[in-house]
Amino acid sequence: MKLRDLVQHIRADVLYGEELLDSIDIEYAYGADLMSDVLAFARPGSLLLTGLTNIQIIRTAQMLDIPAVVFVRGKKPQEAAVKLASQIKMPVLLCQMSMFETCGILFAKGVLPCHIPDRGV
Amino acid sequence: MSEAPYVEEYSVQAGDFTSIGEASTKFRATLKMLGIPSEIVRRAAVVAYEAEMNALIHAGGGTLSMTVASDHLEIRAADSGPGIPDITLAMQEGYSTASDEIRELGFGAGMGLPNIERNSDSMKIDTEIGAGTVLTATIRFSAAENQKSGEGRQAAEQ
Repeated sequence: MKLRDLVQHIRADVLYGEELLDSIDIEYAYGADLMSDVLAFARPGSLLLTGLTNIQIIRTAQMLDIPAVVFVRGKKPQEAAVKLASQIKMPVLLCQMSMFETCGILFAKGVLPCHIPDRGV
Repeated sequence: MSEAPYVEEYSVQAGDFTSIGEASTKFRATLKMLGIPSEIVRRAAVVAYEAEMNALIHAGGGTLSMTVASDHLEIRAADSGPGIPDITLAMQEGYSTASDEIRELGFGAGMGLPNIERNSDSMKIDTEIGAGTVLTATIRFSAAENQKSGEGRQAAEQ
């Protein structure tokens, strides 16, 4: 799914990266507020959805070659986070909906989940 | 190997937590520049990032270094912090002694060392109470050895 179509599905505002939306394809997504979980389980290249707003979100995304970040629950990322995202050309999207609703819409539209390996618990 | 290994080292300092990840970002850029395969780069970036985070969170800083040889790379995080009293406990997913400030950043969930181990082919921790900790993680380049690169990820592709 083109990132531009995804933006329309979740009625997101594009805080940065409008010109990049047509060049990014999203197949998988991962939603979390724990960045260590993102590092552990997010598939490289998947979309990240989060409710945290600090610069470490963008750094974490960068480590995993995540192409764009959606901030849910109407959260607005901190200025330093947006600045870093623009430096590395990572679109920043704002969505008013909850994490559950945002993920639900994307799942229904065919975006795939990242696999969580059996952790033996 | 005829060429000398490439070595890069940074001092990571405590204080402003917003700087966490800068050294790892530089490692990542170097590996990309060296033409290392993207899956190896991603694993190395995660290892370095978690190690950098640990050094800052638990020891107030330290030294993060990366050595790139022909068939492997090594990431080493050395600090002069309090040491790890119980490594087995520290390796348990979910166990963490991180502060609320760190948790508010989305870290301190007790996943750091397990993440480092998961993304490495081998990991070694030398620690001494009151003296510090040296973590060494190795990632090999050969295809056979790269199978570990997250069994979960491979399963996800099936």
